[in-house]
This record gives sequence, C-alpha cells and structure tokens, in this order.
Amino acid sequence: MKSSVITFPGSNCDRDMDVALKKFGFQNKMVWHNDIDLPKSDLVVLPGGFSYGDYLRCGSMASKSKIMKSVINFANSGGMVMGICNGFQILVETGMLPGVLLRNKYLEFICKNVFVKIKNKQNIFFKNIDNEILELHIAHNEGNFFCTNDQLKEINDNEQIAINYCNENGKIEDQFNPNGSIENIAGILNKKKNVLGMMPHPERMIDKYLSGEDGSLFFNNLINNIK
Amino acid sequence: MKISVIITLKKDVLDPQGKVIQQTLNGMGFDHINEVRQGKYFEIDTKETDYKEAKNQVEEMCKKLLANLVIENYKIIDTQ
Repeated sequence: MKSSVITFPGSNCDRDMDVALKKFGFQNKMVWHNDIDLPKSDLVVLPGGFSYGDYLRCGSMASKSKIMKSVINFANSGGMVMGICNGFQILVETGMLPGVLLRNKYLEFICKNVFVKIKNKQNIFFKNIDNEILELHIAHNEGNFFCTNDQLKEINDNEQIAINYCNENGKIEDQFNPNGSIENIAGILNKKKNVLGMMPHPERMIDKYLSGEDGSLFFNNLINNIK
Repeated sequence: MKISVIITLKKDVLDPQGKVIQQTLNGMGFDHINEVRQGKYFEIDTKETDYKEAKNQVEEMCKKLLANLVIENYKIIDTQ
C-alpha cells in the first residue's frame, strides 16, 4: 500500500507520520508542498504542525499551495485523504470538509492525552476496528470545531462525525470537551467518507514504551482496510 | 491605489480574545463596555488604476483567502 505525506513549510509531524505509516506496512513517500503531481498513492496524509506559521488563519495559506490542487483532485476521484491537526485545519480551509477550527475556548494551548469515541464505523478509516474508545494525544491552539447550524444539521444527517471527545468510559459530555468544539467533535468525514480530518494525533501513540498503542490499533486497522 | 479591508467575526461566533480584552479593560476601569470583538485590518496597495476593477479584485481576495466566510465578514472600507 502506498501513501504520501505532504510537507508544508512549518509542518512538524510529517516525519512522525512517515515513521508510523512505515511501521504498519505503508510504502510512504514525502511530498513537498511546491510539487505539482502526487506520486501514485492509496492514501494521502496532511500532517500536523504550524504551516506558514499559522499566519492569517491556521491552514489558510497551505490550503492554496500547489500540491493541494492535486490532493483535491485525488479526493474528488475517490482517493483517501487524512488530515491530522494542522492537516485538519488545511482540509476545512480548502472546503473539502465543512466547518472551521477556532481558537480553543479557554485560549490555552492544549497538550495532553484524551479519549475519543468512534461514532461512525461505516467508513474505510474506522471500519472493523474493535475498540469503541481510543486514547490519543492532542496538541493544538485552534481545535475548537465550529460550523453553522445548517452545516451541523447536514453533518449529522449524513453521519459525518467520525470521533467525539469523551471520558475513559465513552461518556460524551461537556466536561470532557477540551477545546469547546460543537458536540465534542474531534474528527469529521466528508459526505463520501473518503476524507477524514481529526485533531488527535494517532502517530504519537504507536509505541507502548513511549506512549500508548491506540494509534497502532488505528494504523493496523487502516492498512488492513485499504488492502 | 490603496484599498483597505476589515475582517470581523460574525455575530454568532464566539470571540474569546475579544472577551479577555473586554475583561482587562473592565479591570482598568473602563466599565461601560457592552462587548469587544477583535478583527483584522488589511491595506492592499494594488497596481490596478481602475477603482471599480481594483475593488472587484479585492473582493475576490476576501472571498478566496482573506476571510473565511463560515465565521467572518469582510468590509472594503476605503480607497485612496
């Protein structure tokens, strides 16, 4: 299975993602934002970081970079695209996913482990995964998912919510919402369910001695789903 | 020709920074404030000499990059 990770100026989780993808069997290529063509890929990943120093709005400059035209075409023709953290912000700025990511409600940069509950398993990213709840890491200043009421209705009607913030027992409540996101949304899918954006970093949870292994569950499942 | 643009958050969007600024102002003794909303200001110096055309171009810039219309409004405020 082939994957591509796009590096923007200011990306800083691109190499972690490369390590994670390779660990679980992907043949991964790093792609520079100024390139025009994507290598042949089964999965394209927009990694976390601070592309263009988060100037203007997080992800806004990166969403206009040269490679993004190919990424958009790739997604429009059914290709799988995953944006983590800053990658999620880039995806909403392109319009590939609905909504926006605002500054965290309490104006703090949040860096901690959280629990998320998988809401939708009817998609290639999460189908067949045994767990209902994953412990993953978040590190962001702008992760407060917001959208209009019309968009929220559409997101719910089309079952586009992928994961919600919860506690270790899977309870989705305000007190377990780290950043103020509407309905505790931590990740969403597009209508066709081939594009996923999420704030948590699965690539940071792939080593039992350093972190946890819930990211391993995610990547293992992902490559089996794509095979 | 210079064109200025102001970007503001839409009414229903939470503005935590504006809120903190308001609280600080209150603490400094400015206690008659109903609300503070923070925005962005751009000055665009364009080679275009036709006013109408320049304004159209800036409007396109607002829609495509400067503002995110899900949460923000833009206003082209003046030209020189």
